[in-house]
Amino acid sequence: MFKFPEVVTIPLAKGIDFIMSWLLIHLDGFFDAIGFIILQVVVGFEALFLFLPWFVIIPLAGLAGWKLVGKCKTGLVFMILMFLIGSFGYWELSMRTLSLVVASVFFSLLIGIPMGINMARSDKTEAILKPVLDGMQTMPSFVYLIPALMFFGMGKVPAMFATIIYAVPPVIRLTNVGIRTVDVEAVEASKAFGATAKQVLFDVQLPLAKPAIMVGINQTTMMALAMVVIGSMIGAKGLGMEVLLAINRIEVGKGFEAGLSIVFLAIIVDRITFSFSEKKQ
Amino acid sequence: MFDTNIVNDPETVHSEINNSSQIVIKDLWKVFGRDSKRVLGRKYKVLSKDEIQEKTGCVIGLREINLEIKKGEFYILMGLSGSGKSTLIRNLIRLVKPTSGSIKINGKNLTKMNHEKLLKFRRQTFGMVFQHYGLFPHLTVLDNAAYGLKVRGISKEDRYTKAREVLETVGLKGWEDYHPGSLSGGMQQRVGLARALANDPEILLMDEPFSGLDPLIKRQMQDELIELQDKMQKTIIFVTHDLHEALKLGDRIAILRNGETVQVGTPEEIVTQPADDYVQDFVRDASPAKVITAGTIMEPAKIILYAWEGPKTALTLLRNNKRRAAFIVDKSHKLLGVAREDKLEELVNKPEKVGKIPASALRRVPSVGPDTILEDMFSIVTKNQYPVPVVDKNNRFLGVVTTDQIFESITPTEGEGNV
Repeated sequence: MFKFPEVVTIPLAKGIDFIMSWLLIHLDGFFDAIGFIILQVVVGFEALFLFLPWFVIIPLAGLAGWKLVGKCKTGLVFMILMFLIGSFGYWELSMRTLSLVVASVFFSLLIGIPMGINMARSDKTEAILKPVLDGMQTMPSFVYLIPALMFFGMGKVPAMFATIIYAVPPVIRLTNVGIRTVDVEAVEASKAFGATAKQVLFDVQLPLAKPAIMVGINQTTMMALAMVVIGSMIGAKGLGMEVLLAINRIEVGKGFEAGLSIVFLAIIVDRITFSFSEKKQ
Repeated sequence: MFDTNIVNDPETVHSEINNSSQIVIKDLWKVFGRDSKRVLGRKYKVLSKDEIQEKTGCVIGLREINLEIKKGEFYILMGLSGSGKSTLIRNLIRLVKPTSGSIKINGKNLTKMNHEKLLKFRRQTFGMVFQHYGLFPHLTVLDNAAYGLKVRGISKEDRYTKAREVLETVGLKGWEDYHPGSLSGGMQQRVGLARALANDPEILLMDEPFSGLDPLIKRQMQDELIELQDKMQKTIIFVTHDLHEALKLGDRIAILRNGETVQVGTPEEIVTQPADDYVQDFVRDASPAKVITAGTIMEPAKIILYAWEGPKTALTLLRNNKRRAAFIVDKSHKLLGVAREDKLEELVNKPEKVGKIPASALRRVPSVGPDTILEDMFSIVTKNQYPVPVVDKNNRFLGVVTTDQIFESITPTEGEGNV
């Protein structure tokens, strides 16, 4: 057994610690501003979902299932699932979780789609971004959850921050792949008519990449939903926190109720967002 | 319109404009790969394609292409896959940027244009049709056809009017609101053609437009294209790997191999005088009957009779030449028909004097134009005992083609055909 020579050390940890403390001192105002913006959006969505009473939201879910996913039966199942969540006593918490998810997806798309477009346009950008995206998806979330805490304090904002980091890669990747796999001749045809880069993008590339981008949005949504549970550990109220409490108190039944509520939400959100990707022509 | 533009444009080089040539390609190179310019240095330029690829990792796409294409010409770029024909047509519109050399269209140097000018030039000058149609599946047929006009910023109403018009020209009236996905291949390519024509471009680029279609539809589309071109008189650059298509459509054909031009010529020249073994291979199964025209093999008639000289002179002339019949023309050399010995004798023996030979005494025969290909003459030859007269548009007598001449010219010359 050979030991790695101890003399060879790269003080990466020290460096990162140093940068962290520097950022905390000098860019305090900047992070406060970002935190403020993020918070406003979440609070806005939360206000909306809590304002709408359950007897409005449940039929709305049913309507979405019927009209978007396609079958009357699906709508009925959606309504039953939502009803079950309410009957577990988690209506309000699930609405808070939902607003967190919707807000993080909102920010993920705001960042992710333009980034994916840029990635598709330049091989160099793609080469640089790919390992970064790999890192975002595989780095244990606690590693960046702690710095997020240090920047934004406890609560919804660091949870959102961590969620966005975890959830944004799929939409970037699929936007990139979607645009890259658009029929070459269709793009050439557009260019041959003298279309500008912007015209090519909006007339041809984005419309033809739409199914792929929609799958990306669907994946991003699902990952955001998975991540908000971890977000609850740093003080974001929602179903995740209930799961956490149940585990701490070893209340298996309660844990299952909260867990199932998350699963039900996930199924509904997944089916609805996925329906956009397979829009019939 | 363009002439005034040329004078004011600094990119124009007057001395080099050949009036009859709309597109002039000079010493054009396209090299794919890293640091491709170095291949053009003295050290590598002389090497073969494979040697260059081995030594530099660069692939030669086009090598020293020099072509001149006339306005209104139907120009074919032909070669096997990998011969550079598709690269060349993409260079012409700069979808692929040439490594060196110049492309001048209407006197403007395409290779030196900045991006903005290039976009404007594409909008004004080109229409392009693609092998796999390159249609926009999310738009209706009408919106597809109107796309070029949309890029130019033309109002919705105007572009739909124009698009409806071209769709009707290509025979797609009634299909405007469908999506391309619900159309057959041939119809999709019609949409592609309509889209290219809606802009009313000066130059139509066609990249193997019919090679994905089944043979019957292909032939029909070719015929319609010929018909359209007769009306439009646009400059068409047409890429194909199909010799028969090239011979049928082209005014002139450039044959490419490994990115170089091997031969440029009319269909007839390509078939009858192939420049080398490569071209010879290409044209091996080309039927000369499809390319050789009546104009090239016709001969002057042995004797011609003149209607105004009267039956007696005609009869004497016939007898002196030991002939039983001959073609007869009027004063402006227009073909009147065939005069036969027995009919002339009848006229001479009539009691009253006949000055001019009347039309009733003549026999009308089918004639052909100088551009008629031999294949189209077979049916005439088999039904007719006389040689076939060749006449121009005004029915003026040019010469004759005999059955022997036809068969002689479509039989491969000994030795050459067996290379």
